[in-house]
Amino acid sequence: MKVVVCVKQTPSTTAVFKVENGQVSWDDPGGKPIVLNPWDEYAVEEGIQLQEAHGGETIALTMGSEESQEALKTCLAMGCSEAILVSDEAFSGSDTLGTARVLAAAVRKAGDVQVALFGKQAIDGDTGQTIVQTAQQLGWTALTFVSNIVELDPAEGTITVDRLLEEGKQTVKARLPAVISVVKEINEPRYPSFMGIRKANRATIPVWTAADLELSGAVGAEASQVDWSEVSALPARDTEVEIIEADSVEEEARILVDRLFEEKVI
Amino acid sequence: MSGVWVWIEHNGQEIKSISKEVLGAAGGIAAELGQPLTALVFGDDVAGPAAQAFDLGAAGVIGCADPSLSEVRIETYGPLLAREAAARQPAVIVAGASIPGRDLMGWTAAALETGLAADVVSLAVADGRVRAVRPVYAGKLQSDVVVTSDPQMFTLRNRAFAPAEATGQSGEVEWVEPAVAADEVSTEVLGFESSAGEVSLTDATIIVSGGRGVGGPEGYAPVRELAEVLGAAVGASRAAVDAGWIPYEHQVGQTGKTVSPELYIAAGISGAIQHQAGMRTAKVIVAINKDPDAPIFKLANYGIVDDLFKVLPSLTKEFRKRLEG
Repeated sequence: MKVVVCVKQTPSTTAVFKVENGQVSWDDPGGKPIVLNPWDEYAVEEGIQLQEAHGGETIALTMGSEESQEALKTCLAMGCSEAILVSDEAFSGSDTLGTARVLAAAVRKAGDVQVALFGKQAIDGDTGQTIVQTAQQLGWTALTFVSNIVELDPAEGTITVDRLLEEGKQTVKARLPAVISVVKEINEPRYPSFMGIRKANRATIPVWTAADLELSGAVGAEASQVDWSEVSALPARDTEVEIIEADSVEEEARILVDRLFEEKVI
Repeated sequence: MSGVWVWIEHNGQEIKSISKEVLGAAGGIAAELGQPLTALVFGDDVAGPAAQAFDLGAAGVIGCADPSLSEVRIETYGPLLAREAAARQPAVIVAGASIPGRDLMGWTAAALETGLAADVVSLAVADGRVRAVRPVYAGKLQSDVVVTSDPQMFTLRNRAFAPAEATGQSGEVEWVEPAVAADEVSTEVLGFESSAGEVSLTDATIIVSGGRGVGGPEGYAPVRELAEVLGAAVGASRAAVDAGWIPYEHQVGQTGKTVSPELYIAAGISGAIQHQAGMRTAKVIVAINKDPDAPIFKLANYGIVDDLFKVLPSLTKEFRKRLEG
């Protein structure tokens, strides 16, 4: 069975952001500023587990610049059998639909894919939209927020999953191929092994450009229909903290409760 | 291109709170644009929610009632919404940024080849088009967003907008047929296990949250007691979840849930930037921490610099006295 894991390279969770004249930059004084999107680690782990259970291959795929190779190397080090970088100047500035068109074309080119895995969203754009839009472009079933693959039957071409929704857990059976996004509850991502890291460092990652893909529509900045170029810092919470001090903790509690009733939040 | 559409989430009887908020926000946009507000109500039995949509300000309701629509599925709802939008050309389509809302709107935007902005926290009209604000980079920054194609599509964050108010109006539903035959659907819902019982974090108006300072799983006892008296949900910081003291579903912050309650009580939480990203839009924040230099105090409206094991029981006692007395 062939599985593709679509990943993204993002700022780390501990990154500190700066905006100057609408230009976003960030740094992570404590670690690597650029990482494999944390939600994608669960998708990579699930892809490797499917490969272990059903054989075949699990291909990590990302759309991004040359430096996105780093995220793919993490995937290889964890145990993905292959990695592909989809990279072209023409892709840059794509909105989610443009990205979905590129990813769908790459999944089609990979050939005979049964499952395309995603993390539930990327921690930079935070839209979670590319997943269902890729499914729409492929004409595949979309199963989002999956917390458990209950059963996968490649011969019958079906999959049964649990989805973690706001109000509870839904069990769904679907026909393959499917685009699946996973949540944290699905597994515990493994750490790359020493051998895996060595293998990943030696790997030459193939690059697919626009010329290699049969795109179903326009991509890139020109085709983007969502303009979110005006990024700014969050407005400060215009509050001044009132530290409540009294002779006893009971008295402090009484004062605080008074204030909260005055605020009408109780 | 005219008209503002709202896709309604409901439980068969009543419109869910997130969709009441979307109706409120979209009603304002429709009034500013001088265009009608239309509600789309799909499901198995939708008479109740359709009537309620009129009451909450919709000038028109497009309804579709069919057993194949009893669960929200992209495969049945997507083609239906896309077909109606392609035929009638609304200027704006809005839905709640719930899981079903995000899925449906993402799929439909791709089908209509138009732009979609997710998880919007504020909406306005400028030069005849909608201008939205949404958080980006996990809530550490925000961005103005304009959708340059039509229809302009948006999903709105839970509890970011005031709900629509009842108008007492009623109207005639325009019924349409499902877009996909039941036997052509590629998915089948086998079961649903409701997590009802506990107050959900994202819907809660009050959240009592504990962090590293609670010291262990048993440290959540005073947090839970206060939450119970207030009818609040229980939250946690990542440090406490990673330590295994409380399940992940309670985690607030960048890699947990984003919440926007009226009142957020942070006990023993230092307030790392990742935690702040998940709760900074709370109306009132109370910080209880032994460390006066904890960053949470910079965000808080009220603070008590003391041991949470002394403060929380005192608060519980005081609230109990006022609320039950």
